[in-house]
Order: sequence, then C-alpha cells, then structure tokens
Amino acid sequence: MAEQFIGRLSEFENGSRQIVKVGATEIGVFRHEDEFFAYSNYCLHQGGPACEGLMIAKVEEMLREDKTSVGLYFSETDLNFVCPWHGYEYDMKTGECISDRKLKLKRFEVVQKGDDVYVIA
Amino acid sequence: MDLIADRGRRVTVEELNTTKLLAHAAEQARDRKFDDVMIVDCDAHHYENENFGEILPFMENDVLRQLTMSGRAKGRHSIVPGQVGYQDMGGRVTRYPLRMTEKTEPGKLRDAQLGERWMDAMGVDYSCLFPTGMLNVGLHPQKEMEVELCWAYNRWLTEVVLPEHSGRFYSQLALPISDPDAALRQVEKFGHCKGVTGFMVTTVRTLPVHDNSLMKVYRAIEERGLSLAFHSGPNWGEPVFKSCNRFLSVHALGFSFYNILHCTNWVINGMGERFPKLPVIWIEAGLAWIPFLMQRLDHEYMMRPSEAPLLKKKPSDYMRDMYFSSQPMEMQDMDALETTFRMINAETQLLYASDYPHWDFDLPSTIWDLPFLSEKAKHNIVGGTAARLFGLEPRNEAQKANLIKYGNYTAG
Repeated sequence: MAEQFIGRLSEFENGSRQIVKVGATEIGVFRHEDEFFAYSNYCLHQGGPACEGLMIAKVEEMLREDKTSVGLYFSETDLNFVCPWHGYEYDMKTGECISDRKLKLKRFEVVQKGDDVYVIA
Repeated sequence: MDLIADRGRRVTVEELNTTKLLAHAAEQARDRKFDDVMIVDCDAHHYENENFGEILPFMENDVLRQLTMSGRAKGRHSIVPGQVGYQDMGGRVTRYPLRMTEKTEPGKLRDAQLGERWMDAMGVDYSCLFPTGMLNVGLHPQKEMEVELCWAYNRWLTEVVLPEHSGRFYSQLALPISDPDAALRQVEKFGHCKGVTGFMVTTVRTLPVHDNSLMKVYRAIEERGLSLAFHSGPNWGEPVFKSCNRFLSVHALGFSFYNILHCTNWVINGMGERFPKLPVIWIEAGLAWIPFLMQRLDHEYMMRPSEAPLLKKKPSDYMRDMYFSSQPMEMQDMDALETTFRMINAETQLLYASDYPHWDFDLPSTIWDLPFLSEKAKHNIVGGTAARLFGLEPRNEAQKANLIKYGNYTAG
C-alpha cells in the first residue's frame, strides 16, 4: 500500500469529485460533508466508470401508519453516486450498491497531511 | 456540463465523449483479445428522429410528406407515436441528457460516427442498426403513414447510411405489416440492397402476425434468403399496463409481453412449418421469458393439439429452431441463466446484442465471461452464429481462423 498525492485540500470543495489513477487502478475521490470518500471507479455491474456520473439524493417512499403511500421524496441525509452506464447507485458513505447492499465498491483510505491530500492504494 | 440533481442542485459532469465514456469497455476488449474474435451486435440503435430532416423527403406521398415536414419544421407535432418514458432515469444515465453535446466531424453522418465510436470501444465488428422512436411505428393510427415512414426510413438507410460507411453496419429494415401489400413492395424494393440482411417487425402492436394476408410477405423474405426479426418495446398506453405506476414495471413487462404475444401466435399457427427456411429472430426481450413460454406452450399443446394441427413437434422445438438476441440478459441468478441457455440451445441460437446506446445495454463481456460456456459457445454467440446467418466477413486473419475453427466461416 502506497500513499499517492492527489491534490491540495483547496482543490476539493464539498460536493466535488476527482478521478485519480493509481497504477492501473482508477479511484473516484469525493468530498462530501467535509469528509473524503474514495472508491474503485469500476462498477460492480459491467465495469462502468462508477464514480463519474450524477450525485443525487437517495429516493425514498414514505408510508403512513395505515400503509398507504405518501409518495416519493429525496432523502435529506443520504446521497448516492450513480454509474453513468446503467444507473447502478452507490451509497456515498459506504460504497454499497443500494439495490443490493451485499455488493460494495472497494474503498480506499484518504489522508490529509496539512494541506496535502493522499489516497492510500 | 451541469446536470440537475435533487432539489435543483447542479452537478458538474464531463461533456459526453463516447470513446471516453466507454474507456472501461475498451479495457475489457483489450484484456479479452476481442480483436481476434468476430463480434456482431445484432441490435444497436440510432436516433432517427434527429435525422428526420433527411428522412422525410423520401416519403412518396406529396400530401403526407408535406404534412410531416411542415409540422415538424415548426415543432408543432410529433410524427411517430410517442410514449411517456424515463429511459434516462432523471439524468442518471448521462449519455441521454448529454447526447447533443458530443462533438463529431462535420460532413460525415453523425449517427455513423457515434456508432463506430462505441463499436470500437466494445470490440464490436458489425452492428445491426435499428431505429429508436420508430419502434413505435406499429402504434400509428394511420397505416398509410406507417407505410410512408418505413419507406422513407428504408430508402434513407439503404441509399445514404449503409453505402456511406465502412461496411460495418447492416440492417433488417422496418416492415410496415399493417399493410401487407405495401410490406411486400418494400421487401421487393429493398431486399437486394447492400447491407440488408432481412426485415424487422416492431412488436409493439396487436396485429396478428399469423394473418393470411401476411403469408406472401414472409414467403418473399424466405425466398430471398433473408431473415425476419421481431423487435420488442414497452408501451405504457397498452391497457393492461395502465395499472403500472413505475416505468420499471412497464419496461420489465412490456418487452417480454409483446414478444410472448407474437411468438405464441407464430408458433401455434405453425409458421415454422410454413416457412422452415426463414430465420426468425426475437429481439430485445431478454431471455427469461423463453423458458417460461416453452413450458407454458408445451403444457397446453399436449392437451390441446387439435388447436394447433400444423405442428409436428412441440412448441418449444419450434422455438429452439429460432434465434434470440441476448440483451437485456437477466444475470442475477446464474443457475437460472445456465438453464435458459440449455433450453434455447444457446450455442447455436443465441445472438449477442448490445442495444447501445440505450440505458440497459450489455457489453460483449457479459457473454464472454459466463463461467458455464464452452469456447465454441462463446465464439458462436458473440458473433460466429451471426456471421454465418448474415454472411458477414471476418475483419482480420485471426477472426477468420476462429470462424473456421468453430464452423462459422461462410463468407468469401
């Protein structure tokens, strides 16, 4: 495992992402709510660029106590990133595929040293 | 470019470049040495609506041509029946909203340039080019307009698109079966054109494909050594689907539903006996419906053979004589998929299809990486069977050697 410099902290605004190449591996590095999340950029479905698509709040459906549906709404807390090839959605904070949470993208650690940001891969 | 996410929030994504978007597909192709393997995509698409300016002038009837062209110029109406649908998943499948941002070279047909980009990335050698919006042409309330639109599209494809390009596109042309006489005329007019390997019936329609009036059309296709494809689609307007509240449901059921409907009529009415040399291909309904229909029809036929007296064997045997495109291949249960492959004789009857650029496309690796396939089956399914069926030539010596090795070399 080696540390690879990926940029200055100022280059990672909240809500931004970068795709970095470490050896032969592509890693998507997101900054979300002041935290870094880094995952393999290879979708578990057909190998698409999992981290390069839309970032969008998780869609949920609210039920009343009588089990009737209120309808769909965007989560206030959970953000997903979406593989642009087929729409596989991954939980930003865990890398789990939201349609089958047993499937999980490989996660990489991100460390800050002063103003420098490194990914460990 | 910014896409709209939740609550109007903007998310920046790169402008669309198909080659870059499919860079991982190109890695897969390199890793698997797909250059040495002939790969034929028997169902790829373009957006013919973006070319209506070129297509509509080919309409024959002055009045109908003026009607479509004048209305279109002002954006006042649609030409082909449209549907509610969310293929782009709210922008999650980014090539939909970004499509118009992709840059192509001037002076060359944009659709062909885009097609070659994705074919090159995936390692695909040949693609059968089908329309997108015109897959709904069977829902047109005017059969004369269905005839005219198919005529114009077929002329444009055979006179502009197919001759203008590197010979890597072929087609099964749109067949307006609502008017059998007109359909026959189009078989006679276009059947011999370069790059035409057959004709395609859009199955989003309820017309009986076994109607006596259509026999002359099928016979004409069979006599010319061409093939007949049935291409499916979804239709939220179909009465039975009006209860569905999600596009997922309509899409999952619709594609299978229409092929189940027409395949049932085709088989039970003994079309396999009437046209034994006509290759028939069922396209874009996935594969899971086939074992279901085989079992269902065999079960009923055993008790009610007097309702299908033309049959000399079980319905499933006729289905195994036909061909099926692979996409969208249900891959969640590998045991079920293996059973499906066995039941349809996939080694000789299954044809790889990508459906690109549509949202649920499949790469060649979805076939190539299956753990239960022999090398022969892999080669056959990704392109060998199609090469034999459509007389497509290998693009290099390694491909030729593989076609010969697995008994698929018929060209040259």
